[in-house]
Amino acid sequence: METTGQEKIGVYVCHCGSNIAGMVDVEDVAKWAAEQLKHRGVVIARDYKFMCSSLGQELIEKDIKELGLTRVVVAACSPHLHELTFRTACARAGLNPYLCELVSIREQCSWVHTDKAVATEKSKAIVSGGVERVIWHEPLEPLHVPIHPATLVVGGGIAGIQAALEIADAGYPVYLVEREPSNKTFPTLDCSACILTPRMVQAGGHPNITLMTYAEIERVDGYVGNFTVMIKQKPRSVNTDLCTGCGICQEKCPKKVVDDVYEAGLGYRKVIYTPFPQAVPKYPVIDRENCTYFLKGTCKACEKFCPTGAIDFTQQEEHIQIEVGNIILATGYDLFDARRITQYGYGRLANVFTSLEFERMTNAAGPTNGNIVLRDGVTTPKVVGIIHCVGSRDKNYNNYCSSICCMQSLKFAHLVHERIGAEVYNFYIDMRTPAKSYDEFYQRILEEGTHFVRGRVAEVTDAARKPGEEGKLIIQVEDTLIGKQRRIPVDMVILSAALEPRHDAKETAKKFGLSCSADGWMIERHPKLDPVATMTEGIYIAGCVQGPKDIPASVAQGAAAAARVLGKIQQKEIALEPIRATIDQDKCSGCRICNNLCPFNAIVFHADRMVSEVNPALCQGCGTCVAACPAGAISGTGFSNEQILAQIDGLLLHNVLRMEPIAE
Amino acid sequence: MSETFEPVIIGFTCNWCSYRAADLAGTARVKYAPNVRLIRLMCSGRLDPTFVLKALAGGADGVLITGCHPGECHYLEQNYKALRRYLLLRRTLTQMGIEPQRVKLVWASAAEGVRLAEEINKLVEEIRSLGPLKWKTSLNGDLGFEKAETVEVAA
Repeated sequence: METTGQEKIGVYVCHCGSNIAGMVDVEDVAKWAAEQLKHRGVVIARDYKFMCSSLGQELIEKDIKELGLTRVVVAACSPHLHELTFRTACARAGLNPYLCELVSIREQCSWVHTDKAVATEKSKAIVSGGVERVIWHEPLEPLHVPIHPATLVVGGGIAGIQAALEIADAGYPVYLVEREPSNKTFPTLDCSACILTPRMVQAGGHPNITLMTYAEIERVDGYVGNFTVMIKQKPRSVNTDLCTGCGICQEKCPKKVVDDVYEAGLGYRKVIYTPFPQAVPKYPVIDRENCTYFLKGTCKACEKFCPTGAIDFTQQEEHIQIEVGNIILATGYDLFDARRITQYGYGRLANVFTSLEFERMTNAAGPTNGNIVLRDGVTTPKVVGIIHCVGSRDKNYNNYCSSICCMQSLKFAHLVHERIGAEVYNFYIDMRTPAKSYDEFYQRILEEGTHFVRGRVAEVTDAARKPGEEGKLIIQVEDTLIGKQRRIPVDMVILSAALEPRHDAKETAKKFGLSCSADGWMIERHPKLDPVATMTEGIYIAGCVQGPKDIPASVAQGAAAAARVLGKIQQKEIALEPIRATIDQDKCSGCRICNNLCPFNAIVFHADRMVSEVNPALCQGCGTCVAACPAGAISGTGFSNEQILAQIDGLLLHNVLRMEPIAE
Repeated sequence: MSETFEPVIIGFTCNWCSYRAADLAGTARVKYAPNVRLIRLMCSGRLDPTFVLKALAGGADGVLITGCHPGECHYLEQNYKALRRYLLLRRTLTQMGIEPQRVKLVWASAAEGVRLAEEINKLVEEIRSLGPLKWKTSLNGDLGFEKAETVEVAA
């Protein structure tokens, strides 16, 4: 292959305001490139304040047209930000977009180094690497593949339901998969049932939505536009074609167990159950681990009383395969286990409650019929303490702010005032009420007379030291506003527990080819500009799976993810990056080493001709086979051996040092 | 020598994890030694051991190879292949008389900008204590890579 020396290369060094220019002498880099890389084909090198601005782009376009540039190197930010910008600019000027290379002198240089002279020299090396690499670039055309119109939404919380409804309303099919028997939410300000259930009913009855509850994703294969998903449908033991949801089976079932999921351990449910009265779908499931029939072989009370004969004890686990074009992940969060903070006494001191328990308690259909009472079920508390940031903003547990707890704690304070008129203390570190109408709500709670104590609670104890503390829970706290230690006796403590990533977030990320942050939240494509897309094309995230957020934000993300998916579906086909491996059929010796290396089974072996071939539709472009081929018969577009070897040369400044012998 | 030796290190990064970690280090303004120059690959599995030898032969004093943590490969399992090649490569380097510590494999997820920076700093210190590689003199000539000749022609 011989391309060297014949290309006309333009080099564009960006100041990025002072982001780059503050630490790198950009004029010097451009001047250096023009002089020292001239013999490598650089015909023009410019620096400009903002290369990504329309004026900066026009500069490149003009040079392409007037100077007949055949290659472009832009030294600016990470290609993950502006590669597309500059490729598009080149395309506008008639240059194949893949003949443009963006090298990062911001993230990899100006932002991470502190010596301007050194950073300038490193930038020169980076530019030189880009110039050597771009010489070996080839004009490429993106691959076009059709997009399957169906979408998979995983998780039936508010974000998932919102996304499913938006897409279904636009007329496209949606599979909504939820692993619990029905959907649930953790309410914030409104009555949860009032906001979520209409949505659930809508989703459950929508002709374009296939609701699959009590089901889990087993496997995801394929790529954007063409995913194949295996779903495990756990056996309900109820034939949903026959069941009318009358509820007689639940009445007649003789066995009750503690409901950890929906009632937060405060109440009971039957062994054949729907999680709550308004659950969608209405069909119950039999909890086989606790069912007397499954344990002992007798009972069958539900079957006896079912008027339609819908009970089916023989139902087996089903594996359903579906094809979808896009996937939205809205799997939500787990609640922090307050037992982990032993000094707050949850699980040890009876009248310490978690936020979820308190939510259930205030629900009219909940275990206490909406009465706020102590663990004995009858006594109304006179003084209630609400502790914020339990498991959040705490180096021992989670560094982040869970974002919903302040508002939730304010709501609790309001409910206590309104329902039982008790005295309320809120213990907070900082009050965070940034969204619309939130601070007004805080003002209202202040006016209602809630006591606010600023300081992290040290301990909740039942060990009385002073008169008046007997039989109470004492909250030990440093009130940082008055600079004093205080002991405040209360009857009931509510812990506003943190939102945590799902315990199986890592496995989920792996299944869908996503990555998690150190905390365990899924990483978005860009934290500001692209919060619902992920690095994996065709897979979107919405709601708390991306990070702690309240209902309005979750709904907004659900809708945003749906809009992105709809945009994709409307295009009917998608252009894929043409980064693929190809095998030179003349060079291939048929050794088959590459065959087993490919995780996507993209390499087929032709036994008749004794050569291997890559199926471009299946190839994902990782390049492992390219690196492994002993005959050098496989080349990887976009990341060829020539390109990478040339970049190494460039980074080591051979092109410049060659003028003198390499320093020994 | 009164001046401290500043090694040149070529770093290979994976598009999905460590390149992003480098981006993140930048965004978070985490400072690290300027001795490393990064190359983006789509996957650590793309790393042909030849690249490492080429870098060392061409004047680098050390090479950093980075990829997704085991089990987190964007392409399912290709980082395991990188690991296998890395272990073989270290053996080859030893046989060639090159300290295998000059080549280091680091797993760094997209969230680990700080960790990547720390690993880079550590490697720079390690290579600094080893001293310059001096491939040309200590190995008596280069390996005769095709590309090296191409550059010669152009010059």
